[in-house]
Amino acid sequence: MDPDLILRDVYFRYDSQWCLEGIDFELKRGEIVGIIGPNGSGKSTLLKIMDGLLRIQKGEILLFNKPISRYRRGDIARHIAMVPQEETFRFSFLVSEVVLMGRFSHLGLFPFEGKADLEIANQSMSLTGTLNLATRSIHELSGGERQRVLIARALTQRAQIILLDEPTSFLDIRHKVETFELISYLTLTQGLSVIIVSHDISLAAQYCHRMLLLNNGVVYKIGEPAEVITADNISAVYQCPVLVDNNPISKTPRVTILSKRKDSKEETV
Amino acid sequence: MKDNKEQSILPHPAKRERQWITPLKVVYTVLLLTVMLVIIALISLSLGPAKISLKDIFTWLIGYNTIDQTAWMILFKIRLPRILLAGLVGFTLSLGGVVFQALLRNPLAEPFILGISSGAAVGAIIGIFFGLGFTFGVPLLSFMGALFTVLLVMGISSRHGGLESSTLLLTGVIINAFFTAVIMFFIATTSDSRLHSMLFWLYGDLSQSKYVQLSIGLPFILIVSGIIYIFSRHFNLIVGGEESALQMGVEVELLKWISFLGISLIIGIAVSFSGIIGFVGLIVPHLMRMILGSDHRLLIPASSLGGAIFLIAADTLARTIISPSELPVGVITAFLGAPFFIYLLKSRGSQWTRT
Repeated sequence: MDPDLILRDVYFRYDSQWCLEGIDFELKRGEIVGIIGPNGSGKSTLLKIMDGLLRIQKGEILLFNKPISRYRRGDIARHIAMVPQEETFRFSFLVSEVVLMGRFSHLGLFPFEGKADLEIANQSMSLTGTLNLATRSIHELSGGERQRVLIARALTQRAQIILLDEPTSFLDIRHKVETFELISYLTLTQGLSVIIVSHDISLAAQYCHRMLLLNNGVVYKIGEPAEVITADNISAVYQCPVLVDNNPISKTPRVTILSKRKDSKEETV
Repeated sequence: MKDNKEQSILPHPAKRERQWITPLKVVYTVLLLTVMLVIIALISLSLGPAKISLKDIFTWLIGYNTIDQTAWMILFKIRLPRILLAGLVGFTLSLGGVVFQALLRNPLAEPFILGISSGAAVGAIIGIFFGLGFTFGVPLLSFMGALFTVLLVMGISSRHGGLESSTLLLTGVIINAFFTAVIMFFIATTSDSRLHSMLFWLYGDLSQSKYVQLSIGLPFILIVSGIIYIFSRHFNLIVGGEESALQMGVEVELLKWISFLGISLIIGIAVSFSGIIGFVGLIVPHLMRMILGSDHRLLIPASSLGGAIFLIAADTLARTIISPSELPVGVITAFLGAPFFIYLLKSRGSQWTRT
């Protein structure tokens, strides 16, 4: 089967400096790809160009073998859903209303959600554990709850591809794991293809099939977690000394940050 | 064990909480507000210096009674056109408020925010300065002023075919400040009876209402509000941010261009007939949002009708409170609106802006 999403030699810039240079990437059906990299390395920008939110200057992006620039916004929304880093609602919407917004691109001229749409929203909310929040205002929620509501909304879009931009940044360890478990479950049961930007390298390594390490807008390394997450790669890109060993249970790479002060102490001792 | 029925957003007969919008709910709300609108209009029709009781109007309406020539003149040549125009202007201002608040993602946005009011005012005051009439001359100049300002503001704020909301807001503020200076210049150099006309116009005045104004304004207002309603659910997504709206399938730039131009057009028309009436576009949408929630499929029609009701009531007060003399209606809306708005800010302010 052809990959769902293909990037060929993609270049993008906001102003004069290239933000992304020569990106080659393929997203296969049913795989979870983790994008990691330091702040400002272009992770969120990469996610946005994959969704067609930003126009690339050079190269080619194919969504189901058709250039993404030839899709209308509504069509992209039925193929790709995105969970943003954060979202500010200026006015108070109920959680159920926010989740139902995911049905936007599926509604026709009649602008109201039908029973089928409610079923789908209900299912997404039960998967993300947000059903008990349905009648609460989005403003009353904690950061973690809001994040799960946004994931529920993305699931309600019923897209083949889901892009997540640091979905676990506001979550406690239990909800971090649950988010990754959910994503994993969805790819297994519904064959979704997922790209997830994350700063939780070790956790992402446990769930991602492949990982992409981005450095200054260039792909530094792409491959299976064990190939990408090595002490050399991570130290070089993040410019921070790390130790990489294997998680004793999952046998996936595990990153330990070496504190600089301790280092210098050790040196002096 | 938790009750499974409780854990579902699907319809549940015992639950009456607001969870999502149904077409039926929109229809009920619109019907209820329309009935209120008619009642307020009838009450307003019966009030004024000449005593024509509600009972007289009712019995005449159902054919049990006759009214004399003078009463007929007062009702249909003086009061009715004014009530209808108040309704139309209130409808437009409130619609403009709700749409601009959503598009600019700013709870304090109001229909005049893009400089429409000052542009219209400059036009109108030039018209009054040169002694033009209130049926065509002044409205035409003020409409041209409004349209010119909006095109100027949108022209300045558009980059690469896109409108950036924060630039739009700032440009509106600056243009407003500039035109206010122009207005002050004209006021300072005028001293005769034209000054009274100018000040009345600046505070909103519906006493010059004519049927011909209604027939000019109504088609535009109906068409634009129809188009806006078709896009009503798009505004819900915009409230969560332009980028996520775009992601979920909203053609954001198209929506912004259509809405800003359409709303500016009808606000320009309304202002040219009524002068500047503040607070309607601010209070009514917020009040409706408090009662009905933020879903624009319900909020847009409810706010428009609510605006009509509010302005008819305010104008009735304006023309009866110090009868036989009368106040500019903008004085009433500001008197009622400012304290109410401060109350809203104090009690709900955090809810609008919390991130």
